[in-house]
Amino acid sequence: MSESVIDIRHLKKDFGDNTVLKDIDFSIAKGETISVIGSSGSGKSTMLRCVNLLEEPTGGEILFHGRNIQTELDVSKYRAKVGMVFQSFNLFDNLNALGNCMIGQTTVLGRDKKTAEKKAMEYLDKVGMTPYINAKPRQLSGGQKQRVAIARALAMNPEVILFDEPTSALDPEMVGEVLAVMKKLSESGMTMIVVTHEMAFARDVSDRVIFMSDGYICEQGTPDEVFGDPKRKETKSFLSRFLNQ
Amino acid sequence: MSIFSDIAIVWSKYGMQIISGIGNTVMISIVGTLIGLVIGLFNGVIRTIPTVKNLFARGFLRVANWIISTYVEVFRGTPMMVQAMIIFWGYAYMNGGAQLPLIPAGIVIVSINTGAYITEIVRGGIISIDRGQFEGAMSIGMSHFSTMIHIIIPQVMRNILPSVSNEFVVNIKDTSVLNVIGVTELYFYAASAAKNSYKVFASYLIACAIYFCLTFTITRILRLIEKRIEGKANYTVFGSQSDVDSEIHLEKEEPVNV
Repeated sequence: MSESVIDIRHLKKDFGDNTVLKDIDFSIAKGETISVIGSSGSGKSTMLRCVNLLEEPTGGEILFHGRNIQTELDVSKYRAKVGMVFQSFNLFDNLNALGNCMIGQTTVLGRDKKTAEKKAMEYLDKVGMTPYINAKPRQLSGGQKQRVAIARALAMNPEVILFDEPTSALDPEMVGEVLAVMKKLSESGMTMIVVTHEMAFARDVSDRVIFMSDGYICEQGTPDEVFGDPKRKETKSFLSRFLNQ
Repeated sequence: MSIFSDIAIVWSKYGMQIISGIGNTVMISIVGTLIGLVIGLFNGVIRTIPTVKNLFARGFLRVANWIISTYVEVFRGTPMMVQAMIIFWGYAYMNGGAQLPLIPAGIVIVSINTGAYITEIVRGGIISIDRGQFEGAMSIGMSHFSTMIHIIIPQVMRNILPSVSNEFVVNIKDTSVLNVIGVTELYFYAASAAKNSYKVFASYLIACAIYFCLTFTITRILRLIEKRIEGKANYTVFGSQSDVDSEIHLEKEEPVNV
């Protein structure tokens, strides 16, 4: 395996008395796409939010190229390198699609307006949103918003993008357009951690699947291993519930 | 003798004088509301700074918050007329009878009074912004300050505009209390017209009509500005350059957060 970009070691997260993450341990290599699956409440989203420091881990450590993100790196610079796409899009409501993709570049990376605009246009084109650059988020459909959100993350030229259930808030007919963009991204060699309930995506696109249950990684492996021949009974029951729906 | 002829008499004799008071009334209200808005934005932003790790900064914030709370409580909890008297005569008392220039004194009083109200309006505006807006900004590495300037405040401004307009209208009316320290605004001249002409009812009726015209016009203008900021609810994309009929209209969606 090539050099790992992010190493998560014995990650723990408590909310008061409630321990959501008990002991999470895994690495992601450059260019790898990892899908994280599991029931609601198993800690998937919390784990992802810890990786981007939207939640402060209460134990263990997360390393980015071997350096501790909490103690050795500047949070702002680190976050610029690790993009995030949210379930609820979180586009800036006061800015249009183009502005959404530019503001991070100008304020965080210090790019000038012209460069930022060129970059933004490039990535908006990649997600097929060129006709809507002047549209405000409230003028866009869910799927379009999520594609702009992906372009916003890409425009920062991140090394990793974290997807937190990117299609869960979308109408079924819009899920496809977003997944298509993500698939293209994965094929182009972007490093991605995707928390998802889209089993087809996890099976067909990812290099590795992690099944989380009750704050632990219950099982992990290639899609064939996890979907084809799950070892643990929790994985089996989760998958059978999902596939029988 | 009818009320109409009374009004005509007061108007012909003191009309110009009363109208000259409009200038000060409007000027003090506009400047006072704007400065109050700046004070309110500043205080509101400070009061919503999330807890920081640095002990020194945390202590500083606690003191700043205490000062702002005290300021808000005191100025919200006492009448502006009394504040005007205390500030004006307090200054005179401490400076051996020297008086504050009247118009600036009026502006100061209206500003700090408005600032106290707008501080709370801004705080409400900021906490009503969806958490996701902050998280979206954090996720691309933006600092809290930069998020406030570029993302949150523009949205807060839109949301608080109706409340700020309200404050402005209140200020147009409430500048009338500044006559207690002798500021020559609309009410001051109406009162002097009443005294000189002995036509009290007619004089105040004129003042009343002018106040209403002012607030009504200004309310309409502010409503228009609100609509401008709001913008269209849909976005048109031409699906084909050669076929205009194929343009796609996107219907307004349920807003994700308001």
